[in-house]
Amino acid sequence: MSAARRCRPPRALAGLFVWRLRNTGVRQIPYRFVHLYRIANDRLITFQYFNFLKRMYVTQYNKDLSQRAKPKSESIVSPFHELQQLDQEKKVVHKISPVSPIHQSWSETSSRNELREMKSAAETEDSVVPVGAKSKEDRQWKEMKLRLDDLPGILARLSKIKLTALVVSTASAGFAMAPVPFELTCFLLASLGTGLASCAANSINQFFEVPFDSNMNRTKNRPLVRGQISPLLAVCFAASCGVPGIALLTLGVNPLTGALGAFNIFLYTCCYTPLKRMSIANTWVGAVVGAIPPIMGWTAATGSLDAGALLLGGILYSWQFPHFNALSWGLREDYSRGGYCMMSVTHPGLCRRVALRHCLALIGLSTAAPVLNITTWTFPVISLPINLYISYLGFRFYRDADRSSSRKLFFCSLWHLPMLLLVMFTCKKSVLEKEDKGDLPGRSRERAMEIRLP
Amino acid sequence: PPAHSHSDWIGPPDKHSNLRPIIFYVPPEESALERRLREARQEAQASNQRFWAQHNRAFRQEKEEFIYSRLKAKGLEMRDESGQKATLNAEEMADFYKDFLSKNFKKHLQYNRDWYKRNFRITFLMGQVALVRALRWLRRRKKNVEQ
Repeated sequence: MSAARRCRPPRALAGLFVWRLRNTGVRQIPYRFVHLYRIANDRLITFQYFNFLKRMYVTQYNKDLSQRAKPKSESIVSPFHELQQLDQEKKVVHKISPVSPIHQSWSETSSRNELREMKSAAETEDSVVPVGAKSKEDRQWKEMKLRLDDLPGILARLSKIKLTALVVSTASAGFAMAPVPFELTCFLLASLGTGLASCAANSINQFFEVPFDSNMNRTKNRPLVRGQISPLLAVCFAASCGVPGIALLTLGVNPLTGALGAFNIFLYTCCYTPLKRMSIANTWVGAVVGAIPPIMGWTAATGSLDAGALLLGGILYSWQFPHFNALSWGLREDYSRGGYCMMSVTHPGLCRRVALRHCLALIGLSTAAPVLNITTWTFPVISLPINLYISYLGFRFYRDADRSSSRKLFFCSLWHLPMLLLVMFTCKKSVLEKEDKGDLPGRSRERAMEIRLP
Repeated sequence: PPAHSHSDWIGPPDKHSNLRPIIFYVPPEESALERRLREARQEAQASNQRFWAQHNRAFRQEKEEFIYSRLKAKGLEMRDESGQKATLNAEEMADFYKDFLSKNFKKHLQYNRDWYKRNFRITFLMGQVALVRALRWLRRRKKNVEQ
């Protein structure tokens, strides 16, 4: 399992994504990625993960196509003339209301706009069509009853299971980089605890954001928005994941990791989520949230917070900025309408500057790794090309500030992190290997592999 | 929703507010607690609907006005020769988005506070109702066992 084989598929597939985007011109695809906030570094997951991404594009694209087929027609007339039309529509109200007595319990606006849809349909065709449109809408009404066989899928979406998987893999990267002999039980407990904590945090986040999620395109199909689960159940699920998760980390691993996990949940749910709507500082808080899992992995292995943990956290922290800023560049309309305070909307210049700054910081941090005895000196050398490339794209984004440069930077960040962590892992300075500083990458990798197997 | 149903029904997203309306089931022997819960949910739904419908409508309207004024400044019409609606690119719209966000900032802060309070209250009431129902069910089972 050479690293070279791993390097090529992600790059080729990333190229495939860009090609696909250009061909399909689907704007919705990048939205999915905000779910995939942290990338797998695990060798086994990386390749399958990109295949999985490819599949997700197709399903997302098809889903959006079918969504467009719904009779959710944009008002043909400009909103300037909206008010004048309302009088005409009120007359239509009386004609159609005998069909549906239930609708009287709705608020006035919803009945009005449903009838506006019908009116526009009636304009073009005869009155048979509105009845047809009615029954189609009737079918879209769903009973709010929890079905047990749907529950696993619902809970998976509630806990953002894919994002959780990525968080767990960054934590396991932290664990793997710690300069201690590998312990399987500790590793599994730490991963499980981190996963549970992440599930809890994501569920609470969705619980808080129901009306906002329903107004944004990429989040409008979440379980709480669709009423597939009650808020009470969401909170109970979060509690039943969070409490055992943190307990597992505190008792099964060590108290420091448990404390970090609890702090991260708090930071994400009580700081980041409300801050998203109050100030642009949320991006920095969110970057810290993303940086903590590898630190947790490290402390799970070593039991202490040393420079290596902070460096790893620093790398994740810096990575968040080009990743998120590039992504948010294309979502400005949704953020503005939804009331989210993001740099890309309010301080676009700062947004691009920060992204570039942190791309360059990644180079600096990679160079600091051998200084702190975490990796050999081959690491900054090997990682320089990819770090320079992402910095170049960051610079292009800074200069051009357009959609294509933001997309390029975003897609680069997706394969950049797994590659960086992978290279870091292969250049890891094992405890027994401290003398072999000048080794060739291949040989040190093989030896590292031998030593690392339990 | 059919008349014989004993549960709430949720519908497709509203055209203006993008929120899904819920029709609440009123059981014949509804307790005071359950009634409070249902009324809180109805009130929250109505308030959310009002806010978002008005907000989204304002957004669409102001966006149209902005596009119109910018196109006018450039000397273009709303629709070009082929009849397609003329649009501005993302960079030009960015000014509008920034403006709109800052204009509505206070409104959003107020709404957030409101929404969080309502959400917590509704969830807490749901918890109470669930607890009462569970106790009632246990009591009934105990009675059945004793008989």
